Amino acid sequence: MGVVTLTLNNQLISAREGQSLLEVIRENGVDLPTLCHLDGLSERGGCRLCVVEAEGTSRLLAACVTPVQEGMNIRTHTERLVRYRKMLVELLLAERTHVCSVCAVNGRCELQALAARLGIDHVRYEPLHPDLPVDASHGRFVLDHNRCILCGRCVRACDEVEGAHTLDFMGRGVQSRIIVDLDQPWGSSRSCTGCGKCVQVCPTGAIVARENIAGGVEKRPDFLLRILEGRQKRIWRW
Amino acid sequence: MTEFKNEKVSLATVWLSGCSGCHMSFLDLDEHLLELEKHVRLVFSPLADHKRFPEGVDVVLVEGAVGNVEQLALARTLRERSRVVVALGDCAVTGNVPALRNRLDSEAMVRTVYAGGMDFPGLDPAGLDEKEWVPRLLPSALPLHRVVPVDVFLPGCPPGPQSILAAVTALVRGEPLVLPEAMRRFG
Amino acid sequence: MNRTELQTMAEAERSRQQAFRCRFLCCAGTPCLSAGGGAVQQALKQAVAARNFEASVEVVGAGCMGPCSRGPLVRVIAENGEETLYERMTPEKAARLVEAHAAPGSTTLPEEWRIAEDSPFFSKQTKIVLSGSGRVDPERLESYVGEGGYSALAHALREMTPEEVCEEVVRSGLRGRGGAGYPTGVKWNLMRKAPGERKFVVANGDEGDPGAYMDRTLMESDPHRVLEGMALAAYAVGAEQGYVYVRGEYPLAAQRMERAIRAAERRGLLGHRIFESRFNFRIDIRIGAGAFVCGEETALMASIMGRRGQPVPRPPYPAQRGLWGAPTLINNVETFGNIPPIIQRGGTWYAGYGTEKSRGTKVFALAGKVSWTGLIEVPLGITLREIVFDIGGGIPGGRAFKAAQTGGPSGGCIPAAHLDTPMDYENLQALGSIMGSGGLIIMDDTSCMPDVAKFFMEFCMDESCGKCTPCRSGTVQMVRLLDRITGGRAVPEDLERLEDLCMLLKETSLCGLGQTAPNPVLSTLRHFREEYEAHIRERRCPAGVCDLGN
Repeated sequence: MGVVTLTLNNQLISAREGQSLLEVIRENGVDLPTLCHLDGLSERGGCRLCVVEAEGTSRLLAACVTPVQEGMNIRTHTERLVRYRKMLVELLLAERTHVCSVCAVNGRCELQALAARLGIDHVRYEPLHPDLPVDASHGRFVLDHNRCILCGRCVRACDEVEGAHTLDFMGRGVQSRIIVDLDQPWGSSRSCTGCGKCVQVCPTGAIVARENIAGGVEKRPDFLLRILEGRQKRIWRW
Repeated sequence: MTEFKNEKVSLATVWLSGCSGCHMSFLDLDEHLLELEKHVRLVFSPLADHKRFPEGVDVVLVEGAVGNVEQLALARTLRERSRVVVALGDCAVTGNVPALRNRLDSEAMVRTVYAGGMDFPGLDPAGLDEKEWVPRLLPSALPLHRVVPVDVFLPGCPPGPQSILAAVTALVRGEPLVLPEAMRRFG
Repeated sequence: MNRTELQTMAEAERSRQQAFRCRFLCCAGTPCLSAGGGAVQQALKQAVAARNFEASVEVVGAGCMGPCSRGPLVRVIAENGEETLYERMTPEKAARLVEAHAAPGSTTLPEEWRIAEDSPFFSKQTKIVLSGSGRVDPERLESYVGEGGYSALAHALREMTPEEVCEEVVRSGLRGRGGAGYPTGVKWNLMRKAPGERKFVVANGDEGDPGAYMDRTLMESDPHRVLEGMALAAYAVGAEQGYVYVRGEYPLAAQRMERAIRAAERRGLLGHRIFESRFNFRIDIRIGAGAFVCGEETALMASIMGRRGQPVPRPPYPAQRGLWGAPTLINNVETFGNIPPIIQRGGTWYAGYGTEKSRGTKVFALAGKVSWTGLIEVPLGITLREIVFDIGGGIPGGRAFKAAQTGGPSGGCIPAAHLDTPMDYENLQALGSIMGSGGLIIMDDTSCMPDVAKFFMEFCMDESCGKCTPCRSGTVQMVRLLDRITGGRAVPEDLERLEDLCMLLKETSLCGLGQTAPNPVLSTLRHFREEYEAHIRERRCPAGVCDLGN
């Protein structure tokens, strides 16, 4: 595989052809936030947090879906990018009802941590407080739409890794929601294998295991890679 | 804010729609309270018996969301009479738990809770006009900054005594407030 | 069918038409039908039958004739070729129409029923795409063939190589009529050179802009023209399968396209070995479910493939990886409608219309506060003033022109100061608007611009697909802010917040819908900022539209 050279925040670096910008940026130790991206899943390009500036184009590029190219000149933390990332996370916080203090993953939530990291101490947008249900019909898992950020990790993990495709989206715009099968209670789903991958990959408290509803358990989104590696190389590390 | 340096700074604390956890956290400053006392005068607080929010307050710490008309009026008053308004804790900053009611109809909720009868056998729904008993609820419990301009945000549920101390010390000294990431997390 | 047979069919159709003493063409487009055009056509037929004129008088449904607000329209073509256009027909009037035309001298008709076809509404127009609309019977293949239809395809398949077809389109200077204005010939050449066994051609008829109905009209009025354009494209780029993507709200357009496809297949104008050449091409219809975002090409392709209609990041572009991974050419319905005349009469001829960079004609749906509303086709480079005051007949009620919204919710407004700007892709962009698909909404001084911006923002909020954060969540917050402004509850910082959100959406959204969603706000802020200021600082609505709760 060929090698390309590019400039990342004024530093000359090299990368393998076919890599995504995000991979390369992270390999070089730059802390670029993401929510919808998860190693092991296909890219969605939806959260837009990984947008970067590239010389020669006025468009911002979402690093997760942009392949590296020879001679690129990338900036990851300009004033405008930092401002946009903050706005995006604030928009997410205003969109549903994220009450960290009574959340199962309080202290272990990617959204909460990201907000703190980006220096968000309040939300400038009007909180929408939509009237959304909590699906607690499943014997082992709970789906709380009020804490969902529509990153689609659960949908992709269910489809691409488990192969069940129990979860999907319905509705559009701000009315979008995760659904189980054709929008039925999770407990009555016959396609769900109960594997729990969605629980592990969910970055917030939207999907949690019933026994952890009062909090206290760390999620392990990185286990997906180990599953994929195991399947590929027949080596299982736990 | 540099003018706070020499004489004692007047400090107020206010309790709106909240659980008083932020005030508890403030009390958890323990011996630091004695140190703080050398620099501040507590002029209004639910911890003391003040009836009226005074004029000319330097710093006010506001706990809780703005949930009813009385709190709305108090929020406006404290803004007018204070130089630095601090939203203390998640309820004041985001609405937090009190805002969980926002998807419900506030009028209906008051009726259910105070005049619903069933769970409150001692109350006679017929003789109860909730408008006179409790201040009218706003349709939504609001973060403080959606009602009045706020100068400093101190998230946390509650914010730890260390962050309160760091914030109040900085404000009293008139220094810029920079809290480390771990001290300014929601929740 | 071969070329000789096509000619025979055309001649037979022409002599059939000439045999009639007079022909009544009733507009059977959606606007006229919803105004009662169906009953008018029925009444005409009955009146003809009552007088036993069936052999000498034809009553037939035709496509759109233009001035939609004056429908139902009926065009009468006399034996000597003389044409008369009647407006606001009713079944009662229709009977008298038959008397007057089929039995001349028996009765005279009130002068005000007629629309003078030398009025500026018609004389300022140049009809290329719409040349068959209102003349061709969209339900009969022979009718299109009689007007010269499919001769461009026959000619190209026999006399031209695919390269030559592409070159002719390049020469014409035609640019995509769906909105972005990408040069069609360049796109075709890219597609032609794209490696791949299998290629697809898609006609985008998912016209979603409020107030726009150019594509619907073309599909309803002259469906074979779209098919011929697609077949020419398929030949030029090497595709064997095409799709017409019609939005679900256009049942009549879908039905007529479907019928046209079947008729063309029966006559061998689509299918295998078209015109006895080695070119095979079939077309299928795909019906959308009414999501605006499906007009975006990657979302449209997802929808065609039976997936959720959401865009995916580009590149790869459809010409590289489109439907089922194969190179896919997507053009707007109107773009395809331009192709047959370009092949027939040459790219140089077409390039004679329009301006240096924007060649040819463009169809606009003229709506709002003008005397004549309807569908018009004008050479690019015409000024907005000519459209509004000549073709549109000016603003009714003696009111003043305030602005024109072009390009729908992705476009912007053009204020009175720029009435004399020639309408082409570059000029509109320079003014902060876009050509878009051709929706043109005229506003007078009773329109409040923040209120107009709110209308379009609400549209974008409802139509956001929900995939990316800025568009899904940002549009809602923008609507909330505009609601505060028009409701008299805004503070000066709200305007700042609104502008920040505009930039966020523009720069970080995944697809074109999100990136252009703030345009109505940005352009009204640019040209009418004082109206926003008045709402916020003085709690006053200059146009007197908003209830500011004072």
